Amino acid sequence: MQGEPREGRIVVVGASLAGLRAAEALRDAGFVGSLTLIGEEPQPPYDRPPLSKQVLLGKVSADRTGLPQRRRVDAQWRLGVRAIGLDPIGKEVLLADGEKVPFDRLLIATGTRARPWPKPAEATLDGVFTLRTGEDAGRLAERLDAGPERVLVIGAGFTGSEIASACRERGLAVTVAERGPAPLVGALGGTLGALAAKLQRAHGVDLRCGVTVTELEGDGRLTGARFSDGSRIDADVAVVALGAVRNTEWLAESGLAAGPRGVTCDAGCRAFDMYGIVTDDVFAAGDVARFPHPLFEYQLLSLEHWGNAVAQAEVAAHNMVNPGPRRRPHLTVPAFWSSQFGLNIKSVGVPTFSDQVVIAQGSLKDARLVAVYGYRGRVTAAVSVNQAKALEYYERLIETAAPFPPAPGAADRIESPVPVPSDVPDPKTLSHGPTVALTGHLPDRRLTLVQPAR
Amino acid sequence: MNIVVDLNRCQGYAQCAFLAPRVFTMHGEEALSYAPAVPEDQQEHVLRAAAACPVQAILVGEEAGADAG
Amino acid sequence: MAADTLFHRITDYAHRADPYPFYAELREAGVARQEDGSYLVGTYHEIEALLHDPRISSDRRNRTVPDETAAAEQGLPPAFIGLDDPEHHRLRRLTMRSFGPPHTPDRIAGMHDEITRIVKDLLAGFVDKERIDVVDDFAYPLPVTVICRLLGVPIEDEPRFRAWSDAIVAGIDPTPGEDPTERPRAAAEARKEMGLYLGELAEKRRAHPSDDMLSAFVSDSADGQLTPLEIMTTSVLLLIAGHETTVNLITNGVLTLLRHPDELARLRGEPALMPRAVEELLRYEPPVQMLPQRTPLADIEVAGVTVPKGAPLILMLASGNRDPRRFCDPDRFDPTREDNQHLGFGSGIHNCFGAPLARLEAQIALHELIQHLDTPRLVEDPPPYRRSPVLRGPRHLLLAPGRDDAQRGR
Repeated sequence: MQGEPREGRIVVVGASLAGLRAAEALRDAGFVGSLTLIGEEPQPPYDRPPLSKQVLLGKVSADRTGLPQRRRVDAQWRLGVRAIGLDPIGKEVLLADGEKVPFDRLLIATGTRARPWPKPAEATLDGVFTLRTGEDAGRLAERLDAGPERVLVIGAGFTGSEIASACRERGLAVTVAERGPAPLVGALGGTLGALAAKLQRAHGVDLRCGVTVTELEGDGRLTGARFSDGSRIDADVAVVALGAVRNTEWLAESGLAAGPRGVTCDAGCRAFDMYGIVTDDVFAAGDVARFPHPLFEYQLLSLEHWGNAVAQAEVAAHNMVNPGPRRRPHLTVPAFWSSQFGLNIKSVGVPTFSDQVVIAQGSLKDARLVAVYGYRGRVTAAVSVNQAKALEYYERLIETAAPFPPAPGAADRIESPVPVPSDVPDPKTLSHGPTVALTGHLPDRRLTLVQPAR
Repeated sequence: MNIVVDLNRCQGYAQCAFLAPRVFTMHGEEALSYAPAVPEDQQEHVLRAAAACPVQAILVGEEAGADAG
Repeated sequence: MAADTLFHRITDYAHRADPYPFYAELREAGVARQEDGSYLVGTYHEIEALLHDPRISSDRRNRTVPDETAAAEQGLPPAFIGLDDPEHHRLRRLTMRSFGPPHTPDRIAGMHDEITRIVKDLLAGFVDKERIDVVDDFAYPLPVTVICRLLGVPIEDEPRFRAWSDAIVAGIDPTPGEDPTERPRAAAEARKEMGLYLGELAEKRRAHPSDDMLSAFVSDSADGQLTPLEIMTTSVLLLIAGHETTVNLITNGVLTLLRHPDELARLRGEPALMPRAVEELLRYEPPVQMLPQRTPLADIEVAGVTVPKGAPLILMLASGNRDPRRFCDPDRFDPTREDNQHLGFGSGIHNCFGAPLARLEAQIALHELIQHLDTPRLVEDPPPYRRSPVLRGPRHLLLAPGRDDAQRGR
């Protein structure tokens, strides 16, 4: 790092949760130089989790989820303009409007976007939606207000399941199509996937697993859909919930290790170049970052988690204004939550990093439980369903690599203290992309794809 | 005034839903739902709720980047 | 002095006014085994972890040492505070139906004006008094009136249930060596009588329901119901906890503010600070000083010490709240403290059921009191304390009012 770390020009590309928290943390850490935030969307940073919940239920307007700031941030906001390139030698970010923004240090926090329906002609039918931005949520909520006959949700990951839940709460007919064996199975494995399937059906969802949508029908307007099992339904709204695509295309010629799985960085959020050499002036944080975690055998994690965006942005900011020996690693235990069908689901650790699972507290029958996941004899994750107060105990077990299964003795009755295979499917078998991706776990996944310079 | 709740921290103690029921509601037994933009007449209640949160998960502040240009 | 006498000194009535030096000693000593086989934990992080540890039972019947309180509970079974999940959760959920969210979210917030009115009535009674006893004239009658309204208990019966309540509070006093069988026996007897009294009141509501919790307990509900026995144990718990703790929170609050006149003046000028000041009081002078009824269901390791299965485990909340490894400058009363994740209401599944009500009562009571009295003066510091080392607070707190009612037009 050249010069005084608390001075100079810092540019943050991505003005959502990670970008905002990084900007605040930079100023908290005493950065006095110029600070520029570049955001593709025209509106100031807003919170996304409510979009698939309160907003779809019509309880909160889509343009009313703005994020509060922790402190006043003295920064230049360049909103409504996309970054389209990065010159690592000249140290400039190229914007879609032709402007070049010079930097001394750069934070990449461009996040993800919704994976579109793969057939463009069908994707543009009126009634076909994705859900990622506030604008998406506003349009979808408006359509749900109008009372469609049936909503088709394609993909039963967390977003798809939350959309289905909101629709049922509104009393709308819903069909959910999932290529995998159950909802949420990609993130939580077989045991809780089976619970999620039962729950959806109990709430009146027409849940179809093991099928794909082969065609969205319509002539200008969506009228129905065909499935791989030969069946079809009438539907006037379809929400494509096939996971996310990382916004890294703009880095194609940057020489950075940036590809579909994100921008690879070290535990201190410093980006790697395409040869695996760590940079010292380019950092990454949030959904777009891919980083090694010691609790998970230093495999590279890509997390689409709210909490990761916050924690990683703070570490990145700290490291951007502190010299080497004072830098911190990003070691936060991954965590996320979802609320659907009246249940509160919370996770710590990485449930997909597991070979076994045990219901350590509560019961599937009551839909109030803690499932604990293990990998090769140590605890790697825990998921609570309506039992969030129990989770921090298991977080400590994860942090200390405690033996799996956890020692017995829980004060509440245990339904099935015998561990069973965690049944985490290969993400390729799911409709939706995984929200937690372990990459490099298997030999065939050990390499990241680097976009060649054109 | 805007709020965001760190729902990773939240353990469902529901103190906010008691103290500012117009802004925070429990969805089922444990899941918290809230209105991020706080109406003027609810601000005092929200500050009470934020102070009372046993896990200090409620962040209250002015909307970020509202002065963005 | 050896650690095994530490609990004697903590619970010694002579030290009631200031147990904090002994808590500091406890934190230094680490997990402290007592001569009777019980274990004390006084450090924040360990207490916090134990409150979330599923292997820690709240049911005294899991103790392997003779436990008089548990034995006495053969009469009337424990309320949910003394049970583990899933029973604890079922009872707490059914009780919550008529108290708070998700079914009755407006109940407590909706009591704001009524509590304010009760407080103002009590303050009006101060007129012409040369001496005010904050306890008897203010901090005790307020929560009693509120909990009676909430439950649907006639306030005229206060003398009856006050006697029972005194016996029950004495029963949870873990002070070693003092009449170990008689106190729990008397407490159990009082619990039973109070339970019968409240159960009878609830039964009467069946035919004549009104907008109170006892009526809700006996009304039909789709997802389960309290049995008559559970109504007794639960309503005894709510009536006791609803006033025996809040009285201390308010009184400790008045005492603390009078000992910190700068902070008092600041709060008078900036009423919006009061919610945070009450949180700081819950940290600085918590009304429940310790949780004496935990028991591990397996041998567990706490800070390097193995606490054996079945041993009495006592969590010293008030000590954790002053732990310098958790709180910056912990012995300082700072109503604007930013980082204040205190243990005043416990934590985990047994976190105080009535916390939102206690908060509201304390906020309103302290706000109105300091606005009402101009230059109140403590007549006696330290004041005389109540007996219990668990529910710790002054028995009387005499003030020379120094008010200026005429000018304020009150």
